Amino acid sequence: MAGHSGCGKTTTLQMVAGLVQPTTGNIVLDGSEITKLRPNRRGLGIVFQSYALFPHMTVSQNVGFGLEMRRIPAAERAKRVAEALALVHLEAFGGRYPRELSGGQRQRVALARAIVIQPPVMLLDEPMGALDAKLREEMQIELRALQQRVGITTIMVTHDQAEAMTLADRVVLMNGGRIEQVGKPYEMYEQPNGRFSSTFLGRANVFSGSFNEGTFLVGDVALPTAASTLNGKADYILRPEKIRFVDQNAILKGRIAARVFLGNHWLFQVETPLGTMQVARANTAPPSVGEGDEVGLCWDLVNARVVATEGQA
Amino acid sequence: MTRERNSIPYWLSAPGALTVLALVAVPLVMTFTLSFYSQPPGGAIDSTLTLQNYGHIVGDDYYIEIFARTFLMAALVTGVCLLIGVPEAYVLTRLTAGWRAISIVIVLGPLLVSVVVRTLGWAILLGRDGVINKALMAVGLLNQPVQLMYSYTGLVIALSHVLVPYMVLSVWASLQKLDFATEQAAESLGASSLTVLRRIVLPQVIPGVLSGCLIVFALAAGAFATPAIIAGRRLKVVSTTIYDEFLNYLNWPMGAALAATLMVIVLAISLLANRYIERRYKQVFS
Repeated sequence: MAGHSGCGKTTTLQMVAGLVQPTTGNIVLDGSEITKLRPNRRGLGIVFQSYALFPHMTVSQNVGFGLEMRRIPAAERAKRVAEALALVHLEAFGGRYPRELSGGQRQRVALARAIVIQPPVMLLDEPMGALDAKLREEMQIELRALQQRVGITTIMVTHDQAEAMTLADRVVLMNGGRIEQVGKPYEMYEQPNGRFSSTFLGRANVFSGSFNEGTFLVGDVALPTAASTLNGKADYILRPEKIRFVDQNAILKGRIAARVFLGNHWLFQVETPLGTMQVARANTAPPSVGEGDEVGLCWDLVNARVVATEGQA
Repeated sequence: MTRERNSIPYWLSAPGALTVLALVAVPLVMTFTLSFYSQPPGGAIDSTLTLQNYGHIVGDDYYIEIFARTFLMAALVTGVCLLIGVPEAYVLTRLTAGWRAISIVIVLGPLLVSVVVRTLGWAILLGRDGVINKALMAVGLLNQPVQLMYSYTGLVIALSHVLVPYMVLSVWASLQKLDFATEQAAESLGASSLTVLRRIVLPQVIPGVLSGCLIVFALAAGAFATPAIIAGRRLKVVSTTIYDEFLNYLNWPMGAALAATLMVIVLAISLLANRYIERRYKQVFS
């Protein structure tokens, strides 16, 4: 689940976890209703944003706590704790206390603690929130691998669009307490269903305009579209990397206001009659244009997505 | 250059250090010295050093009983404060901000009133014709009033009331640092509410409970106003005995010896308890 802070994604997660009671609606898990069940009866594995490790227990005791509550005999408990710790590569840390671990290690302990009880569903609340950027990237890949290995359905909450795209099979995009769009990351990126989806996942140029006798008008500038069946108001969504610089047959002309180097690509701010547009070009050759240059912009019409504005469809 | 810079902290802390020295250390040393003097009945203080005062304390059943009574009282008061204060502090953290502010004022309010006034209040409640006896008789639980004033029960009740805010404050400070999510995590792992309290919350607030206990114990053992008013002369504790030695029997050296003994015992108990619990719950003290 992805969305800006305050959009209700953590609340949704907490409702699934049983920490918050929904005012209306049901929660169904594997066909059985769990809406009124107390959290300690749901048996879900939860990883909290702060990890919520028990500071007064060792790593092993932390991981074993859930098994202890299930009255698993000590011998089997020790075995399963060892397995869970091996899964997150912390075999050697069982005797340590949480404060003797690094942020990444704590996160893995929290994961092991949730996995060890073999929950039907794992809930992760911003699990990367407390990690620095470099570590976050490593942990994302590791988390994905881990999740594939143990095969537990996982619901993860994040406000980071990159994280949502990296980790998820299905992204639920939320905004203002509502679901904006649900889909596979690639589909959602390529076919955003509106301004919010397109700008939350990656960058996008979005122009609001309306159809007038088959042509799409933004102000008094006409933009070519592949779809001309629509009527009324619509948003014209164009990803920055789909735009090329051309000398002839330009769809739009503009002047480059700024050029930023981002390593694997260049990002241009181009001033056009429609306002400032973002253009991204892969860093495959030295840039052919610089700040202040007049350029022509062109794109394939299939890459420009036109979405009817809400209420007008 | 280095020497000059290093001397600045000493100069800066000198006024404070001197004040402490003059107001705490010197009187303490003087009291200790005084406790080794002796005072023949009706005579002047004899400044030859002797252990006879301490001999009395160790050898005389009268003093031993007073000390035993005092520390039993301090222990009971600590226990009562523990039972009332810890749950109270926990409930405080669970209230909404508005109710919490009100509740904290209620908890701490008594600290704004002089101990003497609060104790006199208890005297009114505890008396033979006091509110408690009247109420219990009206309900029919009692046929005749129970003796609460000048009784051990009354003393423990009143002193616990005086000291419970210290326990609440110190446990509450500890609870502030508690991550609420650890409770949720424990619950999600299958723990019942009681298990969460016992296994997750309590061990994490042990430092606060410990410091609360130490404060309450030390204050209870040394309390004067409440025992003086509630227990009176009938039920002497160490501090009221010290008062009597100094001001009624005019035996200053004996009073000083009692004061020194009280201080040493309180200090020893506090340090030992501290050491033991800190070792037992090593991970929570960081």
